[in-house]
Amino acid sequence: MPYFGSEETVKELKRALSNPNVQADRLRYKNYITRVIRYMTQGLDVSSLFMDMVKASATVDIVQKKLVYLYMCTYASDKPDLALLAINTLRKDCADPNPMVRGLALRNMCNFRMPGISEYIEQPIVAGLRDKASYVRRVAVMGCAKMQSLQPNIEIDPSIVNELYALLRDPDPVVVVNCLRALEEILKDEGGVVINKPIAHHLLNRMKDLDSWGQSEVLTFLLRYRPRSDDELFDILSLLDAFLQSAHAHVAVATLRLFLHLAATHPAVQADALQHTSSPLLTMCGSISRELRFAGLCHVQQVMRSQPGLFAPHYKRFFCAYSEPSYIKFRKMEILVELVNDENVTLVLEELRSYCTDVSPELAQVAIAAIGRIARTYSEKCLNILTGLLALKQEHITSAVIQTFRDLVWFCPQSTAAVCQTVEACVDCTQDSEAKQALLWLLGEHGERISSAPYVLEVYIDGLKTELSSSVKMELLTAAVKMFLCRPAETQDMLGRLLHHCIEEESDMCVRDRALLYHRLLQRGVEQTRKVVMGPKSDPSMSVLTGHQQEPVSQWVSNFNTLGPLSAQDLCFQTPLIALPEQPSNNAEEELLPVSKDVSPFIPTDDQEELNLYLGPPLSHEAFERTWLDLEVQHRETLSYTRPRITPDALQAALQLAKIQTLAFTPGDTLPWKAYLYTRGNRTLILAELLWEDPDIEGSLVVTVKQQPPNQHALRGFVSTLSSVLQTLDIDS
Amino acid sequence: MISQIFILSSKGDHLIYKDFRGEASKDSINVFYEMVTALSGDQPPVVMTHKDLHFIHIRQGGLYLVASTKTNPSPFTIIEFLNRLAALTKDYCGSLSEKSVRMNFALIYELLDEMVDFGYIQTTSTDMLKNFIQTEAVTSKPFSLFDLSNVGLFGAETQQSKVAPSVAASRPIMSSRGEQGGKNEIFVDVIERLSVVMGSKGVLMKADIQGEIRIKCFLPSCSEMRIGLNEELNIGKSQLKGYSSAVCVDECRFHQAVNLDEFDTFRILKVCPSQGEQTVMQYQLCDELPCPPPFQLFPSVEKDYVNRVLIFLKLRCDLPPKSTALNVSVTVPVPKGAISMSQELSSPDQTAELQPKNKALLWEIPRFPGGAQLSALFKVDVPGLSSASLLEVGPVSMSFELPKQTCTGLQIRFLRLSPTQTGLSQRWVRYVTHSDSYTIH
Repeated sequence: MPYFGSEETVKELKRALSNPNVQADRLRYKNYITRVIRYMTQGLDVSSLFMDMVKASATVDIVQKKLVYLYMCTYASDKPDLALLAINTLRKDCADPNPMVRGLALRNMCNFRMPGISEYIEQPIVAGLRDKASYVRRVAVMGCAKMQSLQPNIEIDPSIVNELYALLRDPDPVVVVNCLRALEEILKDEGGVVINKPIAHHLLNRMKDLDSWGQSEVLTFLLRYRPRSDDELFDILSLLDAFLQSAHAHVAVATLRLFLHLAATHPAVQADALQHTSSPLLTMCGSISRELRFAGLCHVQQVMRSQPGLFAPHYKRFFCAYSEPSYIKFRKMEILVELVNDENVTLVLEELRSYCTDVSPELAQVAIAAIGRIARTYSEKCLNILTGLLALKQEHITSAVIQTFRDLVWFCPQSTAAVCQTVEACVDCTQDSEAKQALLWLLGEHGERISSAPYVLEVYIDGLKTELSSSVKMELLTAAVKMFLCRPAETQDMLGRLLHHCIEEESDMCVRDRALLYHRLLQRGVEQTRKVVMGPKSDPSMSVLTGHQQEPVSQWVSNFNTLGPLSAQDLCFQTPLIALPEQPSNNAEEELLPVSKDVSPFIPTDDQEELNLYLGPPLSHEAFERTWLDLEVQHRETLSYTRPRITPDALQAALQLAKIQTLAFTPGDTLPWKAYLYTRGNRTLILAELLWEDPDIEGSLVVTVKQQPPNQHALRGFVSTLSSVLQTLDIDS
Repeated sequence: MISQIFILSSKGDHLIYKDFRGEASKDSINVFYEMVTALSGDQPPVVMTHKDLHFIHIRQGGLYLVASTKTNPSPFTIIEFLNRLAALTKDYCGSLSEKSVRMNFALIYELLDEMVDFGYIQTTSTDMLKNFIQTEAVTSKPFSLFDLSNVGLFGAETQQSKVAPSVAASRPIMSSRGEQGGKNEIFVDVIERLSVVMGSKGVLMKADIQGEIRIKCFLPSCSEMRIGLNEELNIGKSQLKGYSSAVCVDECRFHQAVNLDEFDTFRILKVCPSQGEQTVMQYQLCDELPCPPPFQLFPSVEKDYVNRVLIFLKLRCDLPPKSTALNVSVTVPVPKGAISMSQELSSPDQTAELQPKNKALLWEIPRFPGGAQLSALFKVDVPGLSSASLLEVGPVSMSFELPKQTCTGLQIRFLRLSPTQTGLSQRWVRYVTHSDSYTIH
């Protein structure tokens, strides 16, 4: 932050630094230099002192040298002409007998980020690569990478690359790792450093000499290596086995990732590795450092996607400590929900129950929602707890319980009766709009089972003038119409009042439109209304019955040990079961639309009917292959796009948005790149293959389509949808 | 790889800023601070992203230690590195606080320069670093009456001075060249963290102990040290437990420099400690507690008049009579809307206060001798009290410190430096148990 009067300060420093009296007094001089650095850190622009600082670099005091170098590296890009003045001193230092001075000078010289520096640093770097002190070699190797990054467009010097490959055999472990890092940067455009068999095995044998940082880095580089045979694979795995149990979290996790990657075709080995790593992962989840704890929890969640049972015996490790911050508690609760089984359900629920009365309302609500999710499997126990919570008559608790009830009824209809009995109790203390919506949805959907339902609605309708939230009003409209359909005698009068108010006096357009829609619908008759308004009462996909799918390890391993699992966006990917099914209440509009299209006689069924792609039941790999081989090619076309340069996950997600399912594709950059897709539309199954053979020809993506039964119209629609998706991706990337 | 590393004070002052790759602008410090302060309590702050720059940070000693990166690195590596940076700062500057970082910023820049080059971690071992670090640490020595109390009557050595003061280990490792040169000390600490959940009738629902043996070494160079643990130390759950007084732990993990040749037979760890602090062994014990839980609580909650709750707590300390628990604090959630409280405590050094913001009352006991029992009566006024409000009282959580005590019973039998060690060195062994989380329903 710029300080008031900063110019004065800089002037004063300048005066002091050029004062010969100060320069003579070593301590005072250094003191002023320290002050310059302090101001620099605080964000003050002290670049005008560059000249004086260059003078100060000619000293034998290493601490002072270091401080001045730090200054010069920061401002070199602003004052390139002045920085050149310092180069001479630095080059002289590069020939100093003391290796520490040599290394220091070389490192800082390479850190000058200014154009034209490379001609000065090239010679010292090359000399440094052959220095007898390992410290200087380390610096020189990194210097190669810095030089490359300063002038990215220049041709790569093959002699330096060769020298770096040779230095992979250096006796100093840090030099070895630095070589890998430097080569990776220099050869970025060619796909990075090449890990062939001799290099891979050399690295594996050096693993023990490396420090933990080097180990995890080398493990990451080894991800690139593919063993030739199973024998070689198992040799590698047994060499690395000890590192799975490393005391350093980052080494253990990096080893696990390599294991999962190498043993992709040996699920038993993968399972074994996961079993082995469960204890280091658990240790991380109990680490003193809360950041490490959080990272551990996020990765436990990843592992549980494939092996939900792995951590079930250790469920107590995921109980929250009261001093933990809430983001850790939330993760722990998510994990607890996933690992519930018959043995631990009682204790887990008891623990979650105690969080429901926590001081923090957010935490309490998340805990209640967690109990709600467990209720999909263990309804009775959870319903008892939830009903008990209603007795507390705390606003935020009641609100969360009602919302949980709504979701529960949607996902497991067998709990409806119990919920309907208790829901009357919480009518009075529902205040916030989320809770009101949930309550209204329950009343509308299951009004026939709740005896007092119409009277509750009446209270809401009478209080309509004071209601502020428009979404509550819309929900109220829907609930009243539904109630009218099942209990007309009690509801008719109040529905009339409600519609009248909403049409005549309401200012919010959405509410008015909704009211008008219902008004016209009712004019068409009760049966028509029933067809439109009454949707399914529970989740039609029956996700509860199909249970939790165990994902293959390959689904998440590419993301493992990266920032992915820790960032918030990933959360929605991890809980697809909760996120995917539409929330019943908020989507009254959507409930209406698909049905009304079928009912309404006004829309003429055109010959040129619109193409609606949909996914339908998933197709297995075998079924796809059989159908593909049986069918004739219907259509082949070369599209003017290249292969989409995005991650497989993103491609899959993009196509899914257009209702096209990706079945399989070639990983990475291997050629030819292929992808197999399928979709359904207008009573026909469409299978397609994308093929991209030659990277040199722009826009040579060949799409081959097969269809059963043939339907030219659907085919045209599919190809145009596909090309528009690819076009979007092309622009994005 | 790391683009930048910076250290901010809790108020957002820039204490340290080092840019390794020049690919992100200096403004990113302010971006980070705005983002981190704008987060609500339940959003995970550890990784944050602004455009294509990721910030990974840890909080220690009231400071933000932040690394920014444009790649997608292993979060474990970065977090452990930042933790290591914090530990090294503590080693070199004596403590980790805004003040110590401000005073020693030149030293920390020097450290960072050697630890990271072009965004890649080079080394973090004290043995390597000490050759390159030239700056001397600056420490502030506040005047303290405590120092005076160590001097006995007429300057004679008293019994008291046999115990190392608790602040003895918090000084910079490098200052030994200075006036304190004679102090060649080694501290070996056995630290356990206890987390317990107890049911309403004193039933143990969950008990975990996470322990570690930490060495803090002030010797400039140290030859091999042998640490003998309890001979009867069982590792793993499978082993049969007889009626012996064996100490059990579920699993343990060692620093990679520890030589375990004699561990299997004699339970001896051999290690050449490098200067500074390091964790030699970590162990844990789950689902059982070899000793009785240190505290038992007997609560009773009832409704007094219309708007008053009576909370009567009886707290018993089940430690052996010779030991004492320190800094015991008990937090009891109270019904929403509590406005005032009166209390009856059994001794004047205890304090209690109502914290309406946290909906809790806090009862603090500075010293709690083993075997003793304390009781307290709290009368909390809650306007509009209903019978349901009583359900809001509880669960009670406690925090405390048990010096000279390990719950697993793990002890250090002996500490031997190999005979070639020159110069007098003082060895200290200290035990402490902290409560990580102690909850009673």
